[in-house]
Amino acid sequence: MTLDPDYLRYPKRRRGMDHDLYGWSNLFERRPIRWPDGAKVAVTVMVAAEYFPLTVGDAPLKAPGHMATPYPDLRHYSAREYGTRLGLYRLLDAFAAARIPVSVAMNAAIAERYPAIPADVAAGGHEIVAYSTDMNGILYGGMDEAAEAALIDAALDRLERVTGTRPRGWRSVAQSQSLNTPRMLAERGIVYACDWVNDDLPYAQRTDAGPLINLPMNHELSDRQIILNCQQSAEAYVRQVEDAYDWLAQEAERFGGRLLTLTLTPYVAGLPFRIAAVEELLKRLAARPGAWFATAAQVVDAWQAQQP
Amino acid sequence: MKSDPELYEFWPYRDRPKITWPNGARVAFWAAPNLEFYELDPPANPHRRAWPRPHPDVVGYAHRDYANRVGHWRMMAVMDRYGVPGSVSLSVALCDHLPEVVRSGVERGWEFFSHGIYNTRYAYGMDEAQERAIIEDSIATVERATGQRIAGWLAPALTHTERTMELLAEYGFLYTCDLFQDDQPQPLRVKSGRLISMPYSLEVNDHYGFFIYNMSPRAYALALKRQFDRLYAEGERSGTVMCIPLHSYLIGQPHRIGPFEEVLEYITGHDGVWVTTARRIAEHFHAHHYDAIAADIPARKGGDRA
Repeated sequence: MTLDPDYLRYPKRRRGMDHDLYGWSNLFERRPIRWPDGAKVAVTVMVAAEYFPLTVGDAPLKAPGHMATPYPDLRHYSAREYGTRLGLYRLLDAFAAARIPVSVAMNAAIAERYPAIPADVAAGGHEIVAYSTDMNGILYGGMDEAAEAALIDAALDRLERVTGTRPRGWRSVAQSQSLNTPRMLAERGIVYACDWVNDDLPYAQRTDAGPLINLPMNHELSDRQIILNCQQSAEAYVRQVEDAYDWLAQEAERFGGRLLTLTLTPYVAGLPFRIAAVEELLKRLAARPGAWFATAAQVVDAWQAQQP
Repeated sequence: MKSDPELYEFWPYRDRPKITWPNGARVAFWAAPNLEFYELDPPANPHRRAWPRPHPDVVGYAHRDYANRVGHWRMMAVMDRYGVPGSVSLSVALCDHLPEVVRSGVERGWEFFSHGIYNTRYAYGMDEAQERAIIEDSIATVERATGQRIAGWLAPALTHTERTMELLAEYGFLYTCDLFQDDQPQPLRVKSGRLISMPYSLEVNDHYGFFIYNMSPRAYALALKRQFDRLYAEGERSGTVMCIPLHSYLIGQPHRIGPFEEVLEYITGHDGVWVTTARRIAEHFHAHHYDAIAADIPARKGGDRA
């Protein structure tokens, strides 16, 4: 079968990107960013606090980590809950021991079902980032616009009702968005989102409701990706995070402040046989000169204050 | 459809005519950065989906876009440090979208060959006129942007038709990177021209290393060093080719580039390595080895030396 003649037409073959969501920019030619106290590398740890309903939603994609066996998938339901009950608390203790603030991307369902969690997170001096309603709350292209707006509103309102604070940041489940998502987030006063993994520093995206900052959370350097998906050891994970830090610190000498983003997943990093490696990693990173452990919001604020 | 693509003959890795590289080098080493442009919303090809998720596939697209904003520049700086030129597998539409990226290679004297128009437009299902159109578009676009007449081809996303090689030969291409049957160049069975297969690699391609085999950065670096060690040893008998195909959205990540730098330091620290481009390897092979090997291969059919 011959392809349609349109297959060889390229209406968006032009200078710049093939869409209007943001413009191209070379990281190494931007004005250098300066972090507080002359830090070289901002390290943003983002913990994913996730509630996986036993019933999987009908979105055209499924959240990583969701139920996998026929209903009722009690093994995955309870194993994810293990992360929420134990793993998350092991991580919070590790952050306290390393004296670092982190961001916790929190499903609204986590805050509602387990209000001790947002309270303990806030008491630790950490930031809460809106993270949809639960792990069925996926945004995707082609989604009904009203349904998407309702989902985003529910996530923000329900989180605010429990915590008393309107979140400034957003992370989408599976880092999946529709083309409307950035505008809808900007319309609701969200300052930054964490879904586009195309950079090593924050940058501004354009929306009809004004700019939305994108803080790229590296999806490859997450514990879940490296340990569960790639089946590497916790030690191999630690090694590459340290390699990343050291490379970025060296780049910072010439090009200005750099950012290392680490997503930690309670049911992955918070297991008894892995947590020591994570604790050791945090200690070693915190001991490096020039490391600035900062929440996503702190990084965004520092970055934004330096934009013309 | 054919059960054998009939593109090359069996040619056992024993008693082959000796390949010599300039200055007695054992290994011709080349690096193939894939400088690509992926479309956010390409038209559908009935034979292959461009993205696994519904449009927009934010993670898939943004990961590739990382190359042009971050990864390429980081990877290129490391290649510069060890004097390794790129032989670029180019989505030629990148010349239109982001000429800065293409220009950075031109300034360094890198070679460019075609990897199709976009890495989201596949050759599957193309008729002859359509496939000619992408070849002619590639030749014209790269010549306009770089001044180079492309000599090589790596099909977009490795998608082919039965006539791809024949067309490349007809258009005067020197080499194709699409075949993985050997560690030495080999004349291909084409009706016109003199096309050779250029050893590229699936197995030590960073895409395979990180996306298919899920290797850690250091495990991948170790594989590259071992690949080099063996081809270097065998190259004493007859020259071999080692290629490292690269995608900077993978190798240019901060957790991977350090171990990769050690690989370039290791390889370029050896004597007897010809650090070069695919075009120069092809030209040397065409000038000095093509005829002897083209005569040897049929004589070896089935392994019979008599």
